[in-house]
Amino acid sequence: MESFQLTILMLDATLRVATPLILAALAGMFSERAGVVDIGLEGKMLGAAFAAAAVAAVSGSAWVGLGAGILTSLLLSALHAYACVTHKGNQVVSGMAINIVVAGLAPTLGFAWFKMGGQTPSLNGDARFRSIELPFTEAAQNIPIVGYIYAELISGHNIIVYMAAAAVPITAWILYRTRFGLRVRAVGENPHAVDTAGISVDLMRYKALAVTGFMCGIAGTYLSTAHGAGFIRDMTAGKGYLALAALIFGKWKPVPTLIACLLFAFTDAAQARLQGVELPFVGVIPVQFIQALPYILTVLLLAGFVGKAHPPKAIGEPYIKER
Amino acid sequence: MTLEAPALELRHINKRFGPVHANKDISLSVSRGTIHGIIGENGAGKSTLMSIVYGFYQADSGDVFVDGNLCDIDNPQGSIAAGIGMVHQHFMLVDTFSVLENVILGVEGGFMLADGLSKARVELERLEQEYALDVNVDAIVGDLPVGLRQRVEILKALYRGAEILILDEPTGVLTPQEADHLFRILDILRDQGKTVILITHKLREIMAITDAVSVMRRGEMVAHVETAKTDREQLAELMVGRSVLLQVEKEPATPGETLLEIKNLNYIDEDGVGRLRNVNLKLRAGEILGIAGVSGNGQSELLEVLGGILAPASGSIRYKDQEMFGSQDFTARNLRKIGLGHVPEDRHRSGLVLSFSANECTILGYQDNPEYNKGLRLNQNAMINACEMHIEKFDVRPTDPLLKASGFSGGNQQKLVLAREMEQDPDVLLVGQPTRGVDIGAIEFIHNQLIEKRDAGKAILVVSVEIDEVMSIADRIAVMFDGEIVGVIDSKDATETKLGLMMAGIRDTDTLDKAAS
Amino acid sequence: MADAKVKFGTPAKIPGWINYAIVPLVNLIAAFLISGIVIIIIGDDPIKALEVLFYGAFGYPEAIGYTLYYTTNFIFTGLAVAIAFHCGLFNIGAEGQAILGGLGVGLIALYFDWLPIWLIIPMAMIAAAIFGAGWAYIPAYLQAKRGSHIVITTIMFNFIAAALATYLLVEVLIDSTGQSPESREFAETTWLPFFHEYLTMPKTPLNLSFIYALVLSACFYFFVWHTRWGYEIRVVGQNETAARYAGISPSKNIILAMMLSGALAGFVGVNEIQGVQHRLILDFTGGYGFVGIAVALMGRNHPVGIFLAALLFGALYQGGTELAFEMRSINKELIVVIQGLIILFSGALEHMFRPKIEAIYRRIVGPQMVEAP
Repeated sequence: MESFQLTILMLDATLRVATPLILAALAGMFSERAGVVDIGLEGKMLGAAFAAAAVAAVSGSAWVGLGAGILTSLLLSALHAYACVTHKGNQVVSGMAINIVVAGLAPTLGFAWFKMGGQTPSLNGDARFRSIELPFTEAAQNIPIVGYIYAELISGHNIIVYMAAAAVPITAWILYRTRFGLRVRAVGENPHAVDTAGISVDLMRYKALAVTGFMCGIAGTYLSTAHGAGFIRDMTAGKGYLALAALIFGKWKPVPTLIACLLFAFTDAAQARLQGVELPFVGVIPVQFIQALPYILTVLLLAGFVGKAHPPKAIGEPYIKER
Repeated sequence: MTLEAPALELRHINKRFGPVHANKDISLSVSRGTIHGIIGENGAGKSTLMSIVYGFYQADSGDVFVDGNLCDIDNPQGSIAAGIGMVHQHFMLVDTFSVLENVILGVEGGFMLADGLSKARVELERLEQEYALDVNVDAIVGDLPVGLRQRVEILKALYRGAEILILDEPTGVLTPQEADHLFRILDILRDQGKTVILITHKLREIMAITDAVSVMRRGEMVAHVETAKTDREQLAELMVGRSVLLQVEKEPATPGETLLEIKNLNYIDEDGVGRLRNVNLKLRAGEILGIAGVSGNGQSELLEVLGGILAPASGSIRYKDQEMFGSQDFTARNLRKIGLGHVPEDRHRSGLVLSFSANECTILGYQDNPEYNKGLRLNQNAMINACEMHIEKFDVRPTDPLLKASGFSGGNQQKLVLAREMEQDPDVLLVGQPTRGVDIGAIEFIHNQLIEKRDAGKAILVVSVEIDEVMSIADRIAVMFDGEIVGVIDSKDATETKLGLMMAGIRDTDTLDKAAS
Repeated sequence: MADAKVKFGTPAKIPGWINYAIVPLVNLIAAFLISGIVIIIIGDDPIKALEVLFYGAFGYPEAIGYTLYYTTNFIFTGLAVAIAFHCGLFNIGAEGQAILGGLGVGLIALYFDWLPIWLIIPMAMIAAAIFGAGWAYIPAYLQAKRGSHIVITTIMFNFIAAALATYLLVEVLIDSTGQSPESREFAETTWLPFFHEYLTMPKTPLNLSFIYALVLSACFYFFVWHTRWGYEIRVVGQNETAARYAGISPSKNIILAMMLSGALAGFVGVNEIQGVQHRLILDFTGGYGFVGIAVALMGRNHPVGIFLAALLFGALYQGGTELAFEMRSINKELIVVIQGLIILFSGALEHMFRPKIEAIYRRIVGPQMVEAP
């Protein structure tokens, strides 16, 4: 019974840690499927986290903060699109540059506006997204096992966690069942085919990057107004890169990416529990190894040891009309 | 007899690309419900013309009429709206999509795919029935063989309502069986009232299925004939023309030992298409062997295999009596060391590094040579001196060895590459398109240089799409078609007609002898 | 492999100094302008900020010493990123390679301190180079032989390096008497001499590794433009098709360039660990690997440009500290903003200004008589 409860609690923590990863990874899916490398997920999340926390603190409303976060992320995404699509710039450099600019700009503005060493004020009340009790939770508590799972694992998360869960089927639906999704996928595989079909390659990429910006905005907002209670410098702590790794590990498909995100988040939840615990055969696993595990797995995948990674064929190359 | 407007009519189309007059006053009339061939060599202007019809380019002057109506086609959408569909040489398909998804891309018929997909499925099945274009609409395009992928391109055009279908060199990637299959489909299209324009350099296809044929040569339309009223010899002659030969003064060759021997050479490219099929050739010291043929028939692959860049599938290649196939020594670097020079076909892509200065390009491939190195460091003076010597000898302008390669004109770049390879004094020299983009005066100089090397006992292989050039400088001429050597003849026995026929795939001796007389 | 390549071409008829001097200058001005706007938004005076920045970096001898100490690191990482760029590769992993380099230096200093200093010095250099090169080898091999995108693998390897260093520091090398995750202090016999020990100048972290940086810059220049190995690397970076035509192996050169890159990045460890900290600590690389990207881009991958760009960033780091001290509303993260903007303009938006600058040049110089070919 105790290990069952423990497992549920760990899964519960996993869901909370996975939420920003899922949103950011799905965000990256749109841009990468459209053929634009985006290592700037980190920067967009960080910028959104800062904007959301700052605006939520000032306005007192988490939802207004969410709006600010999304807007910030959209702006950063538009900058990336401007550099890469319009100016045919190097996509990796652009993403990197945006990450660094945001990493410096957020604490600078935070320090100047709030005088708290780069942080934003602590958020209370409506300025935070609080956990939601799903209906029938009270009643379910008494039902053994299933009820416990419902009450502890499924109910009691804040709205953005549920948004992330919904984002997976919605993304799949958009990508595979709509005209927009078809064209996004086409543009990343063979932009020439799209061009001769009369669709503007550049416009499609801008649209895809807009979706990326939107979803990263939610991911970043979650960090500072739902998971945490304010913005702390560098609070994304590499989650944007982890999301990118999950996207690659999930082979740019929605459900495998979800599983990768859950897997990576689980290692994070597990490492706190596994500290100092002796396992059979291997002894004590260093916590740093567990922390590095998602990155090691991604490298193994890219090296071809864990199945093949087939990125969208046209990714990374600016589209130049050839005659 | 009712006079019907032609399905497609072009009047006085002109198109220039800088100094190149790709289409000179072209007029063309294609009747509805026929298969109309357009034949010509490389650079004749066929693809440019069709690109204008399809809206990729705009003509400088002239008009396009579809069904008697003047059409202003600015872009591919305009031509699709006018009922023109194009099947490109390089397919515009998304490999990870199904056939169905590829067909509806761009004309999905609504935000939600489900509707569009089911409507398209019905329509596609109808089209497949009507035109015998058997393809599983749910198959993933990337898994399909090349022949079937082409059908998807045709379906795309028909789905968008094309009444006029243009096919650009469609059989280049097909097996003979797939090509026959394609012709049957084209027949059905014609019988159903569609108009087909077939761009090709292959006489067999023209004679087999076209109703009428137009011949282009050097940017001009030189003839329109009914296929039934002409024959291969006439077409070949029209295609190649009685050209003014830039005859080079030369003594007859005195060939010596065989320096390069190729037996049963095969090369298969990454799509699985055989680009070299059982090629047999002998190259001897003191002779120039010309490889003639329309571009795309394996000559590029031949050069790259012989140059140690591409690995052949099977066969024997003996350089100076050393077997290369399967040997560790069969690398581009090593071949240079044993006395091979290679002037690549595409100087931009292969022969030069455009951002390097001319003197840095002088050592490309030869950077290990002791003459260019002093211990650890590169001998900059030696490099510059060599470059200056090349510039002077080959009359390259401007004369600055420190100028970036991109700052030289095309012809001068070509001279730099030729100088580099020839001045290394190789025993075997491979040359691809030696005078492409070079002006008349320089052409004569380059040809004389090649003859000089020949007389000094070198073995030279020259690949050229220019018949004049091959007939002028080669001692023997081999013609490539579809990856095979159609025949090897002495240049004194070669006529334009004979070569033209061979280049178009005709190898039977009756025709050749008749042509020779 | 093509998608991993980065192209940095130079124009033909436009004189070199346009590309090497004017364009970077314009990029710099753009970055500063935008930073100035940020300062205004914060409510402070950008001109005063610039003055404080400059004074803080060069205004007094101690400042110069600190500036040059930072410059040392940026020269190492700038050269590292630059040599990879010459082969068409984007090495984002300089950070991780620097960590490994530091580990190598630390191991020498901890376990070989019974050797005299004149042996320690070359051993430390070699260890830094080998460890850094080794860390770069795996992503390089994967790119060359298996087509694994080097950008992603090097990013991953940065994280793995940090985890590895943390583990070693916390579990293995930790000084048991202390509280913080660091090793014991190295014996003084292993320390790199400071500049202030030999020259009359105030106490700063500036040490012998600055000389290493200058020497390595000269070696870099010699290697890249005056040897056949540098030539081959450049051919692969500029035109892979021509490389294959010339018999130059792309995969061998990719691996070579990356290993040299890692080795150069490793030298940050020599400066920080052997020259300043004299113990192994966490996070001694502090983002220097990413600054290297900015330095290489601004310096157009040429050692002179890299030195100037490294000096610029050294001044920014040192001046930034002064700025944060003097002007209460600005904190030192503003420097990071400038760094990011420089990368943005020099890298991603490099095509934005250059055509306009070239057009202006052409208009000023007037139509030229071109020799008939």
